[in-house]
Amino acid sequence: MRPEHLARLLVILGVLLPLVGAAIILLPPLGRNGEVIEVHARVAEDGGWLPSELVVPAGTPLTLRLTSDDVVHGFAIGRSETQAVDVLPGQYSELTLTFDRPGRYTYYCTRWCGPGHWRMRGTIEAQGGGATPSSAAEPPYVRLGLDLDAPHPAPVVPERRPSAIGGEALGIDLPAGLRGRAYYETHSPYQAFQSLREQGSFSRLGDERVWDLVALLWRQATTARALEAGRALYAQNCAACHGEGGGADGVMATSLPGSLGGADDAPGPADLASLESMMGARPALLHGKILRGGMGTGMPYFGPIFTDGQLWSLVDYLWTFTMEYEE
Amino acid sequence: MTRFDLLRSPFLARLLRSRWPRLILSVAALAGFVLAIAAGLAGTPVGSRNFGIIAVWIAWWAALILVAVPLAGRGWCSICPLPLPGEWLQRGGILAPAARRRGLGLRWPRRLRNLWIQNAGFALLAISSTVILTRPAVTGALLLGLIGAATVVSLVFERRAFCKYLCPIGGFVGLYSQVAPVELRVRDAALCAAHREKTCYVGGPGGEGCPWQVFPAGLTRNSPCGLCFECLRTCPYDNIAVNLRPFGADLPRPAGRRLDEAFKGFLMLGSALAYSAVLLGPWGEIKLAAFRVGTPEWAAFAGGFLAATFLALPGAFALHVAAGRLLAGPRGNFRETLASYSQALVPLGLAAWVAFSLSFVFSNLSYLWPVLSDPFGAGWDLFGTAVGAWTPYLGAAVPTLQAGILIGGLAWAAGLASRIGHRLLGDDQRTSRRALLQASPVVGFAFVVTVVQLWLLIG
Repeated sequence: MRPEHLARLLVILGVLLPLVGAAIILLPPLGRNGEVIEVHARVAEDGGWLPSELVVPAGTPLTLRLTSDDVVHGFAIGRSETQAVDVLPGQYSELTLTFDRPGRYTYYCTRWCGPGHWRMRGTIEAQGGGATPSSAAEPPYVRLGLDLDAPHPAPVVPERRPSAIGGEALGIDLPAGLRGRAYYETHSPYQAFQSLREQGSFSRLGDERVWDLVALLWRQATTARALEAGRALYAQNCAACHGEGGGADGVMATSLPGSLGGADDAPGPADLASLESMMGARPALLHGKILRGGMGTGMPYFGPIFTDGQLWSLVDYLWTFTMEYEE
Repeated sequence: MTRFDLLRSPFLARLLRSRWPRLILSVAALAGFVLAIAAGLAGTPVGSRNFGIIAVWIAWWAALILVAVPLAGRGWCSICPLPLPGEWLQRGGILAPAARRRGLGLRWPRRLRNLWIQNAGFALLAISSTVILTRPAVTGALLLGLIGAATVVSLVFERRAFCKYLCPIGGFVGLYSQVAPVELRVRDAALCAAHREKTCYVGGPGGEGCPWQVFPAGLTRNSPCGLCFECLRTCPYDNIAVNLRPFGADLPRPAGRRLDEAFKGFLMLGSALAYSAVLLGPWGEIKLAAFRVGTPEWAAFAGGFLAATFLALPGAFALHVAAGRLLAGPRGNFRETLASYSQALVPLGLAAWVAFSLSFVFSNLSYLWPVLSDPFGAGWDLFGTAVGAWTPYLGAAVPTLQAGILIGGLAWAAGLASRIGHRLLGDDQRTSRRALLQASPVVGFAFVVTVVQLWLLIG
C-alpha cells in the first residue's frame, strides 16, 4: 500500500472507529428488546420520569433499566412492599417487577431531588392477564362525610401538650366505648375530651388531667411499631415542608406553594403542632388529607403511594407533635 | 544563552523529519475527539459520566496545561486533530499533496492579521464556560463546531489560517508556549537570507511551505510556530534547529510587542482569576448567573467578566506601568512600554492557570476510569472500571502545590519585569536604578494578583 493511501486509511479509521463503537454501545442490548424498558429520571422541572407512562402486560416480568440524567433519585412502586432503588446520575440500576393483577400502579421518586420532588411520578398500566383489577375500598373520610377542606378548630384546647404518661399515672379505667381503633379513627381528641367530661366519674378531674386521658386513649390505639413506621415515613415524605417537629417550618416551607404546583396564594403547609387545629381533627380527616392531598396547595396526594397501613402509621405518628407519648 | 539542538541526535532527527509519528498521534487525538463529540451529543447528559466532558475538560486539559504547554509549548498544536480533515481537503492529500490545491486559497484579510478574533473567541468561550464544562451536548457541539470551522476556513483561505488567527485554544497555547524549554529556530540566519527560493516558506520537493506562514529565520519567539516541522523537510541546507533552552527564554524580549498580544495576556490572566472565583468560589449567585446563559443575570455576569478582563485589568496594569514611567522618568513610547511589560503577565498567568487547574484536575481525575469503560454512560463496563468510586487525588498536597506555583510565578514575573526594565532603559549603573523603579509598580501589580489568586484558591 502506498504511504499516502495508508495515511488516508488511518485518518478515516480515526473517524469511523469511534463512531462504529458509539453505534454499538448505543444499540439496545441484543435479545432483550421488548422486555427491558429504560427509564430516565430528571428533576420535575426538567420533565420528571421519562417515560412517565408505561403499559405492560399483567403477569409478565418487566425489567426496568433506571438511570438519572441529573441528580440522585429513588424509584419505588406505590402501595407495594418492593424496596426502593437508588437511581444514580449516569449509572444504571436494574429492577425486575411483575404485576400479577391488572391495574394502574404509580412509581415515584423517593429521594429529595428538588423543589418539585413530589411531582416526580409515573404510572404503569398493567393490562390483561385474566385477573380482575383490585377495587379500592371507600376511604374513611368519604364514609364519614368529612369535608377535608373545612377548618376544624377545637372549641376547647389544653394549655399544654396532653401527656399519655400523665394519663396512665392517674390509674383510671377508661370507658370501653372510647377505647380501641374504631373510636380513635373516627373521633377528634376534642370529641373524646367532651365524652369524658360528660361522664360523671371524671368530674373531679381538672381539664388538663382529662386531656391527659385523651392522650392515653390515643396512645393505646396505636403501637410502638406503627409509630416507628410513621416516624420514618414522616421524615422521608413530610418533614421537608411540615418541619421536623410538625411546626410548618420545614426547609421547603418557604417555597410553598407556588413552586410545588399549587396556586400562588394557597396556604402554606399545615401546622401539625397546633393544639387548636389538631385537637379538632379526627384521624380519619388526617388520613383523608394525606390520601387525597391538598387541592390547590402544594400538599401532594399520597393515595397511590402509601398502603392503608402506612397511611394510618403516619396519622398515628402525627399526634406525637401535640401529645406526649413518652418520657 | 545555552541551547542544545535535539537534531544532533540522529534518532530524534529521523523521528521529527518523518511525518508518521505526528500523523499517528494526530489520528489518535482525532479518534478521541470524535468519540468525545459522539458521547457529548448522544451519551448521558450527566457530565461526570460522559467521556466528552471528562476526557476533554479533565484529562486533555490536565495534559495540556500541566505538561504539554509548560514543557513542549505548541506541542499540542503539532498533533491537534482539528485542522486535519481541512488540511487534507485543502492539499488534496495527507503525505503527498495533489499538484493542484483545492478550495479558494484566499489570503487572510490584512486587517484581521492579528489576535483580536482569537481573543474575542476565547472571551466568548470564557463567558459560556460553565455550560460548556458541564453539559456534554454543548461540549460535543463545540468540538464539532471547531472541526467544522477549521475545515471550512481551510477550504476558503490558504494554509492554516484557522490555527493562526481563529483558534481560541491556539491563542492560549501560543501565548504560554513562550515559557517552554523547546524552540524551533534556524541555525544560521544569514544562510536563510541568502537562500533565494525560501523553500521553507513556499514549499519544495521535501514538503509544504510553512502552514503557519512563518519564515523560520524571522522566528524570535515560539508563539507563531506550530511545530509541524515542515521546514525541517523543506530546508535544503539542514539549517533548522530544534533547541532545548532555558524556560521562558522568549519573555524578556521587548521589541515589537503588539497590543493584541498584550490583551491576550490580560484575557488569559483575567480568565484564570474569574474561573477561580466562579467555578471554585463560594458565591452561588455568580455561579448560577454564569450557568444561565442567555438570561439577564448571565448578561450581567458576562458584562462584568468582559469589563474586568478588557477594561479593569488592563486599566489597572496600564496605571502601574504609567506609575513606573513617572517614577523612572518617561522614556520611549507608552504603548510600547505597556506591551513590553505585559510579558510579565505570561509567567503570572501560566502560574494562575496551573494553580487553578490543580484544584479540579486531581480532585476529578478519578472520573476518568468509569468513562473509559462506559464512555456514553450507557451502562457498559468495557474494562471493568465503570463502577469506580470518586476519589480525589493528592488532596492535602494541592493547596501547598498551588501556593508554591503561584509564588514561583510571582517571583518569575518580578524578575522578568526587572529584566524588561533593564532592556528598556539600559543596563549600566546609571540607568539600573531607574529600570528597577520603572518595574516596581508592575511587580506590585503581580503581587496583588498573586495574593488575590491565593485567596481565591486557598484562602
